Amino acid sequence: MNSDLHLWLIPLVPFAGFLVNGLVGRKLPKALVTTIALVASLVPALQVAAIVTKFGSLTLPYLENHGAWIAAGSFHADFAFQLDQLTLVMLCIVTGVGFLIHVYSVGYMAEEQGYWRFFAYMNLFLFFMLTLVLAENFLLMFVGWEGVGLASYLLIGFYYTRVSAAKAGMKAFVVNRIGDFGFLIAMFLLVAHFGSLSFSEVFSQIGAHPEWQSGFLTAIALFLVLGATGKSAQIPLYVWLPDAMEGPTPVSALIHAATMVTAGVYMVARTHVIFDRSPLALAVVATIGVATAFFAATIGILQTDIKRVLAYSTISQLGYMFLGCGVAAYSAGIFHLVTHAFFKALLFLAAGSVIHSLSGEQDMRAMGGLRKKIPITFWTMTAAVLAISGIPPFAGFVSKDEILYQAFLSPNGGKIFWAVGLLTAGLTAFYMFRLWYMTFFGERREPLASHEEDLAPVHARSDTKLVLEADPHAHPVHESPWVMLGPLVILAILSVIGGFMGWPEALGGSNWFGRFLEPVVAAAHPTSAGGGNNSLELILALTSVAVAAIGWLFAHILYYAKPGLPARMAENLRVVYTLVKNKYWVDEIYGALIVAPVLFIARWLLGVLIDRVVIDGGTLTAGYTAQGFGALIARIQSGNIRSYAGWLALFAAALLAISYFGWTTHFYLQ
Amino acid sequence: MVPIAYYLVLSAILFSIGVAAFLIKRNIITVFMSIELMLNAVNLAFIAFSRQWSQITGQLQVNGQIFVFFVMVVAAAEAAVGLAIIIAIFRARNTLNVDQVDLMKL
Repeated sequence: MNSDLHLWLIPLVPFAGFLVNGLVGRKLPKALVTTIALVASLVPALQVAAIVTKFGSLTLPYLENHGAWIAAGSFHADFAFQLDQLTLVMLCIVTGVGFLIHVYSVGYMAEEQGYWRFFAYMNLFLFFMLTLVLAENFLLMFVGWEGVGLASYLLIGFYYTRVSAAKAGMKAFVVNRIGDFGFLIAMFLLVAHFGSLSFSEVFSQIGAHPEWQSGFLTAIALFLVLGATGKSAQIPLYVWLPDAMEGPTPVSALIHAATMVTAGVYMVARTHVIFDRSPLALAVVATIGVATAFFAATIGILQTDIKRVLAYSTISQLGYMFLGCGVAAYSAGIFHLVTHAFFKALLFLAAGSVIHSLSGEQDMRAMGGLRKKIPITFWTMTAAVLAISGIPPFAGFVSKDEILYQAFLSPNGGKIFWAVGLLTAGLTAFYMFRLWYMTFFGERREPLASHEEDLAPVHARSDTKLVLEADPHAHPVHESPWVMLGPLVILAILSVIGGFMGWPEALGGSNWFGRFLEPVVAAAHPTSAGGGNNSLELILALTSVAVAAIGWLFAHILYYAKPGLPARMAENLRVVYTLVKNKYWVDEIYGALIVAPVLFIARWLLGVLIDRVVIDGGTLTAGYTAQGFGALIARIQSGNIRSYAGWLALFAAALLAISYFGWTTHFYLQ
Repeated sequence: MVPIAYYLVLSAILFSIGVAAFLIKRNIITVFMSIELMLNAVNLAFIAFSRQWSQITGQLQVNGQIFVFFVMVVAAAEAAVGLAIIIAIFRARNTLNVDQVDLMKL
């Protein structure tokens, strides 16, 4: 028996918050704006909590239909929401982490201009993200998909007076558009083959036809993957995410780490019925995932901006999730999504707290020795670093190991996936502890000269206080207020204990999380069947812990014990160093191969040839022709009465002649 | 009985003189007079046709003659208005040369 859950309220409450704050927030007092924003994010969280308490008694999937949106012949797309285990997990993450980050933002954004605008956009983001995860058909999901892209664009460009922020927002939007193109094509193919975009309809049709393998399903799956690589920042469309760090730090935490970028992973898990039929598409997902994980991790090693390290780390961790999905271990991928949401949101918020305490400094080379000065930030960040590095029993260890284990068991190239994933785990531990040591240990280093303009505009104001407060030396290093530390502590606790939800059987647990998701994402015919047992999993787990410990050890030597060593190593490995330091020149290569030709075509072929020559030329020719004839005829109007009379007499005589003699001389000659 | 062709030829000659004077003369008063000449040439034609028509039908036909009265009334009104305009133009421009009154030029 299903009671009415009113799922529609979950997205609409934040939307109401967006409308109020977005339309009249400018005129409202700050406290009211805060209240509206927090209530609009708390209500959905409470509603999700209420759903959790009675989840056991629901018949799943729970569907809610609010009438037809598009109805054309036999095709129809409805305002339909669904609730199942996967949706519930996503709802918990989005509303829970979302609310915590809203609370944090109250402290972090307290001094900002456009405070109301920030919270309006944040609520708008929640609305679209919740629509995305609740949607029961591809089209409604696409609405959320596009909407979160919009919110992301607005928030990356929040400091719109900075050119780099405006450009980063545009880059994110355009790159995402390429992915959305794939999503659209996939939807067209779905309509063509199934005549429906409803999840249940499409999946039941596939279930009823076991003979459908690969073929068009591969095509659909690959286009969906293109969409997912855009949203989830995977190769080849990952380039927007590092630049997205131009946005305020809570935005990076909520949108570009915990929720929006995981939409691609969610989408693959949601449509796994299609992927299960296409080994090729799965292999592509796994390959993209593991390649991205490794590639981004190597870049992360040499970044000096604290948020950019975390950005590449996010890309890398998303790669793990893709790897999990690609070896058909969807629940492992989703599990990593959950734990990642905890510890990556925490990392970003803690980084934000560090930046806040240093009055806008983001360069790790100008940090150091902060351990004693901001102890709570330090300890919460430590929990997150341990979690992401895969140190047991923290959350990241469990979920990452689950993915690596499943990859190892995967029949097609699983060992390679596992090996690269393991190497990446070592790199992850290395760059995360590098960040940890550079930020919190050693001595406070002076900021490098000539980078004052790179300071994040924390405390930025247009009045004279701007100068004082943006100056890194004006403020003593200070711990953040409790409104910021509270969310940090909660997330730290979750990062520590979150892993126990899916504690593997090999270590005496029951993998509750995997069993919970099984009804939704269980593979039709598991590719990872056979070969697995508890002792193997245990060995693999120990291996990855050892690798993570080695990574930690290297970071300890290079950035704590012997601080001069990294520079000497960079000297000796100049080629590799330059390559990685410049992020493999991927942005430059894309710029030369894609952006420049597109701009060239837009500017010269379309802009000059088509627009100015053909279109402008055509209309101008028509205009000038009419004008020319007009000028010619206007000369008759001399203004001279006698000339008018002359014309009159002439034509009267001509008319007379014609009426008498006729048009031809024929009559006359007779 | 004078044949109608005589009247018509005289009418045509008068009209042509009027047209020619209108086109040639520059003084606006003369131009005005040539217009009167054209009108009266037409009046002559009307009268001639009216008589011809009466003879053919054997009854008195006055349509043409009534029309002549209309023309004369219009000509009188025109003369009144026209002379007023001429005076106004002369006051404004100090000339009666039509070639210098080309305000309607584009």
